[in-house]
Amino acid sequence: MKKTGAQILCESLVREGVEVIFGFPGGSVLPLYDTFPQYPKIRHILVRHEQGAAHAADSYARVTGKAGVCLATSGPGATNLVTGIANACLDSSPMVAITGQVARPFIGKDAFQEIDITGITLPITKHNYLVLDANDIARVVKEAFYIAQNGRPGPVLIDIPRDVFQQEATFTYPERVNLPGYKPTLFGHPAQIKKAAETINAAERPVIIAGRGVIISKAFAELKDLAEKAQIPVVTTLLGIGCFPETHVLSFGWLGMHGMAYANKAVYDSDVLIAIGMRFDDRATGVVSSFAPQARVVHIDIDPAEIGKNVRVDVPIVGDIKNILEVLNQQIVPCEHLDWFNQVDKWREEHPALVIRESEALLPQYVIRQIYEITKGDAIIVTGVGQNQMWSAQFFFYDKPNSLISSGGLGTMGFELPGAIGAKVGRPDDTVWCIAGDGGFQMTVQELATIVQENLAVKIAIINNGYLGMVRQWQQLFYGRRYVHTPLSGPDFVKIAEAYGIPALRVTDKKLVVSAIEKAMNHEGPFLVDFVVEPEENVFPIVPPGAALVEALEMPAPEKVTRSSK
Amino acid sequence: MTIARHILVALVEDRPGVLNRVSSLLRRRNFNIDSIAVGHTEQPNLSRMTIVVEGDDAKVEQVRKQLDKVVDVVKIVDITSNESVARELALVKVKATASSRSEIIQIVDIFRSNIVDVSSDSVMVEVTGDEEKVNSLLDLLRGFGIREIARTGRIALTRGGAGPLQVEESREVKVPKQAPKAASSEAESPPDW
Ligand SMILES: Cc1ncc(C[n+]2csc(CCOP(=O)(O)OP(=O)(O)O)c2C)c(N)n1
Ligand SMILES: [Mg+2]
Repeated sequence: MKKTGAQILCESLVREGVEVIFGFPGGSVLPLYDTFPQYPKIRHILVRHEQGAAHAADSYARVTGKAGVCLATSGPGATNLVTGIANACLDSSPMVAITGQVARPFIGKDAFQEIDITGITLPITKHNYLVLDANDIARVVKEAFYIAQNGRPGPVLIDIPRDVFQQEATFTYPERVNLPGYKPTLFGHPAQIKKAAETINAAERPVIIAGRGVIISKAFAELKDLAEKAQIPVVTTLLGIGCFPETHVLSFGWLGMHGMAYANKAVYDSDVLIAIGMRFDDRATGVVSSFAPQARVVHIDIDPAEIGKNVRVDVPIVGDIKNILEVLNQQIVPCEHLDWFNQVDKWREEHPALVIRESEALLPQYVIRQIYEITKGDAIIVTGVGQNQMWSAQFFFYDKPNSLISSGGLGTMGFELPGAIGAKVGRPDDTVWCIAGDGGFQMTVQELATIVQENLAVKIAIINNGYLGMVRQWQQLFYGRRYVHTPLSGPDFVKIAEAYGIPALRVTDKKLVVSAIEKAMNHEGPFLVDFVVEPEENVFPIVPPGAALVEALEMPAPEKVTRSSK
Repeated sequence: MTIARHILVALVEDRPGVLNRVSSLLRRRNFNIDSIAVGHTEQPNLSRMTIVVEGDDAKVEQVRKQLDKVVDVVKIVDITSNESVARELALVKVKATASSRSEIIQIVDIFRSNIVDVSSDSVMVEVTGDEEKVNSLLDLLRGFGIREIARTGRIALTRGGAGPLQVEESREVKVPKQAPKAASSEAESPPDW
């Protein structure tokens, strides 16, 4: 039986198990929207800006492990997706973005709302398609989901002209994909795995750096096995947080610009570095010339292009992490590395990065720690970008994968609110806290309406420091304290929330933090708390730009310290 | 680290936009393209690209791997160190008077090239060869006055054998419902090392 292109698209999405689309309508996708009522299995969530759709789909993908889908009309709708697509690309998040295009006869004529979105997104997608025939839709959707979700995940964009949505074609959903140019390597080369095992077995000061690849590959148990078998300290990247329980005795936090001093020191002093599912991003390595100078590097990743890109690698293994670790672990000789463990543990004592300085003031770190205490760590934290993000990563302890959702590679302010929407839609039974910067929150604040319309019980904490805080911190430390265009006047966030129909509270007193968080948690629906925090609080440690990891500036010594509850 | 010219040859899907995907990736990764040549191959739906870029080995290897990730690129190899034959073609329109014409023809003969068009005041020369040969001929012809030059990029084939771009028989990929449990490592396509 013949179906329209729009119906074929919906049928194909249903075949791919798509339950949710984050979208926003417009002229070129009207035939598709008109078809949605025939497919009640697909839930459409109307965002208030297409950037929100892309971030929500990205975040949904991270918490569910399956591709998130976003949808926009041609022209401005499509360009509004761009930031979110780039965000998904840099963080290897599986996403299928669908855009409408002007009808075929108008393509190339600078028609109303015509934009070359496949051209624009070429460098920020894993692959993209302009579909010029409804007969191709099913194959393209099949391929798009395959590419987005297999190998190193990433966004795929499908651009469909309006008249192709209306064109009739026969629908058959292909069982296979035929992509000779796309065959990710899934199993590590046995000789390489053997070499890695020998290297690890000979190590005296081994360190594991675990990245988001471990989460994507769902290799938590295998990672834990490896670490425990040879008693290897585990350090994660920012996006790897949660792939190894942070309360585990072998967990030594995360490395990088704002990572824990002891994590950075352990990496620096290691003689064997086992890098798993991470890509040696410059924010993680500091200056590469002095990154782990004595270490032999074992690098396990599914993307061959990451091997040797930034850091010299001695033993590369390309393939899926779970598969590789399963084989590798069998060849690991049980071992204690007791001296090394004690050394790293001593650094942890000497550099207590997770201590909150004693103060009567309302400190942002204290807010994050209280959210941790009250949720007992059982929550998904979705952050903005900047200081709020770093404090969220530092002062909350993540024991479960995908419990911290954050924009890493692109560092996109405004990710927090739509990101929290995606997380809540993907994991409706989990507590979701959006930790927002007062700057970033204002970039996508309109999504409060989406939260209300969809009745999503997202809890929002604004870390309101009255500044573009992270930039202000750089100005303070590296630009002679000249705060050029970083003081930020915000609206009354409580009134804003109430105007959207979300109950809200303002907290200016440290003593009221706990009750405010409890109130938010006890309320059934969405709730916002505006935490007016110490304005000039800084994130420590910080590795100055151009410095080595071990040259981090740490918190100026406090007179008295309260030991963390960890 | 020595900067050298590298010849990359790629088998690509014969689809619109492929050249754009390849060239834009090279630009983004900060590579200057000396030349790109594209043409059909013995296999239907596949084209062959010959890309000449400059860079040190590590950088070129990095960009080769990035290009290999482009879905429309089926296979790409660096044949710089292989025994290969490389050729390019140039068409040159040279000013020619009644008195200079025979001298031009002589030079063209020595280079085993052809005169493909003659008009009252010019001749058109067709030359094929490696870059050096084409350059030398152009240098000699320059003295007569060159009106126009059209040059192709380089194309190259390795000597003997099936060639490095041979792809496996089966082009079908079955989508696994579930990743196979046991590591049948040898059966998988071997990685680059
Ligand atoms: C879209 C975007 N624009 C600019 C930046 C640069 N930037 C990084 S952090 C930051 C400050 C963020 O301010 P806020 O959201 O209030 O968070 P805070 O650092 O104060 O917690 C800025 C401007 C960015 N990361 N993203
Ligand atoms: Mg701020």
